Amino acid sequence: MSTETANAPSEGGGSTGTTRYSVDNPAPLMTPPRARTARTPKSTRTNFELYGWLFMRLSGIVLVVLVIGHLLIQLVLDGGVSKISFAFVAGRWASPFWQIWDLMMLWLAMLHGMNGMRTIINDYAERDGTRMWLKMLLYTATAFTVLLGTLVIFTFDPNIR
Amino acid sequence: MDKSGESAAGPEPTASHLVTITFRIRRFNPEVAADAEWEDFTLDIDPKDRVLDALHRIKWELDGTLTFRRSCAHGICGSDAMRINGRNRLACKTLIKDITGIKDGKGTKPVLVEAIKGLTVLKDLVVDMEPFFQAYRDVMPFLVTSGNEPTRERLQSDADRARFDDTTKCILCAACTSSCPVFWNDGQYFGPAAIVNAHRFIFDSRDEAGEQRLEILNDKDGVWRCRTTFNCTDACPRGIEVTKAIQEVKRALITRRF
Repeated sequence: MSTETANAPSEGGGSTGTTRYSVDNPAPLMTPPRARTARTPKSTRTNFELYGWLFMRLSGIVLVVLVIGHLLIQLVLDGGVSKISFAFVAGRWASPFWQIWDLMMLWLAMLHGMNGMRTIINDYAERDGTRMWLKMLLYTATAFTVLLGTLVIFTFDPNIR
Repeated sequence: MDKSGESAAGPEPTASHLVTITFRIRRFNPEVAADAEWEDFTLDIDPKDRVLDALHRIKWELDGTLTFRRSCAHGICGSDAMRINGRNRLACKTLIKDITGIKDGKGTKPVLVEAIKGLTVLKDLVVDMEPFFQAYRDVMPFLVTSGNEPTRERLQSDADRARFDDTTKCILCAACTSSCPVFWNDGQYFGPAAIVNAHRFIFDSRDEAGEQRLEILNDKDGVWRCRTTFNCTDACPRGIEVTKAIQEVKRALITRRF
């Protein structure tokens, strides 16, 4: 419960009367934090948030198919998880179909997760600085994972020693 | 004997409809202390009275410094939205018996009353509504038309009127906006009330600025920040389906685009 609104220096004023304000000791001026001032960002006039919102829905639908298929193949069908080995992965990635499957899963899941985290950071970070740095960290981690994964899928060498 | 016994018990039933209830009110006075604190007031009050009646009793009989807003006191002006037992409600539409358990002529728990969240508290239960009204003004809540003024009314079919009937009921009490967790954390979000009032004109067949309003709400602090938590729909004292209205604006933005 954050109803603490006064930003006065709290001099431990538990007992009333000791910190009573007067003409010489005026109450602090409370600037409304929600006011639209010159520092308020200008309206964006782009459809970025619209596309982001739509992407979450569409990628979510595709991911349900991709991920459930992936989990079935990897963990349930044909001997379950114990069958997974280097040879199994090499065999699957010999086919362009599974390469595309895994590539789509990687990109959609990472971007879906990144966009979700982006909205969470936007909702919860209180200061602009925190917000900026958290998002920088997020974008860096996403770019790293997506690029590394893509590199592995395309340069995978089944004959590696 | 019988008569005297009856007459002794006589006045009792008339008084026994009153119950003893504690009202725990979040007090804040920046001229006295920097921090807000809870203060208890105990009243003998009719449980069929409203919370606003209790606040009146406290202000008139116990502590005249208690500060809150109310104008019409009948659920129309929207002045007395406050957080009662953790939920945003209008004090003038909330009966005491509906929000507290009563046992042996006493309330089982104190009734918690505090200011609505997400807006700056000025004193006790009074908040600064300016950011709320700024968001309201930003969505152009007025009829925009072009061409000559008609000499008579601007006519509209029943179906066209029914399209936005739900959102005409808003009384701008801020119960929805101040129940929205996105608004709590970032007041730049327009908030449910502004979107409801934009919806009222976007879907009005007589209005011609729907495009402009949609463009305003397509902004990064517009409808896309809604997380559909339904807090606003639960909080609305007028029973407006607020989240549904927000979703209809989203749908209008999507179908306009594709």
